[in-house]
Amino acid sequence: MSVHLILFLAFGAVCVAGAINLLAQTHPINSALSLIAVMAALAGEYLLLGAEFVAAVQVIVYAGAIMVLFVFVIMLLNAGVEERTQGSRVAVLFGIPGVLLGSILVAWVVLRHFGTEAVAAGALPGDPKTIGQMLFHEFLLPFEITSVLILVAIMGAVVLASKPPTSPAGGPARKVD
Amino acid sequence: MVPLSYYLVLSGFLFACGVTGFLIKRNIITIFMSIELMLNGVNLSFVAFAAHWHALAGQIFVFFVMVVAAAESAVGLAIIIAVYRTRETLNVDQVNLLKL
Repeated sequence: MSVHLILFLAFGAVCVAGAINLLAQTHPINSALSLIAVMAALAGEYLLLGAEFVAAVQVIVYAGAIMVLFVFVIMLLNAGVEERTQGSRVAVLFGIPGVLLGSILVAWVVLRHFGTEAVAAGALPGDPKTIGQMLFHEFLLPFEITSVLILVAIMGAVVLASKPPTSPAGGPARKVD
Repeated sequence: MVPLSYYLVLSGFLFACGVTGFLIKRNIITIFMSIELMLNGVNLSFVAFAAHWHALAGQIFVFFVMVVAAAESAVGLAIIIAVYRTRETLNVDQVNLLKL
């Protein structure tokens, strides 16, 4: 067993445990923390694949910025323990076996088709210089379009999350909490 | 050396966990986190294929997926806040009318 395989299995175990814990927990803050663990372990997997910059961005953007947004909203809305309903029991009954069957099928097909062909670890240069040169030459147009997308998303978030304009104008007092 | 198929199986498992969470969870924020889990599973297969076929474009795609995920979570969480203001609940079973 090589060092790479041991590291892959260690990070993969953290990923699997975090993903299952996300489903098992009933309080959203616990789910959010296990999702952060999954993302941090995935950054380790990216490092094993030689994608250094992707690993760094994964930690900074995903585990940092996006999850902070999630935790902030959970605390802002004071989200409590979720309750089970009739619909969710049916979903558990049919969802989990169906998804298990599907993932076993995918694993079987992938293992059969690709066999145990090894990925050369660290063979691909994933450093910021190479990534940046590619991003600003071949992918310049998608990059610029992405900035427009971000701008639209920011404006949409501000419009959606701002208070409704009727409440401060002396209308009937709405409970805004 | 780790076989490519191991990465793909892990990625498929993460995606399946995301789908399961999307189906069985009733809290709208947790459903949203399940979607993020699915995106992470897809990102892992992108990076694994990039390393396997020596195509750096796979890693560039991961950045675009991350940007779209960030934009999506910003807008989605704003929608969750707006829904909570009008309904005062986070349970998706109680958010079943288009209009109050």
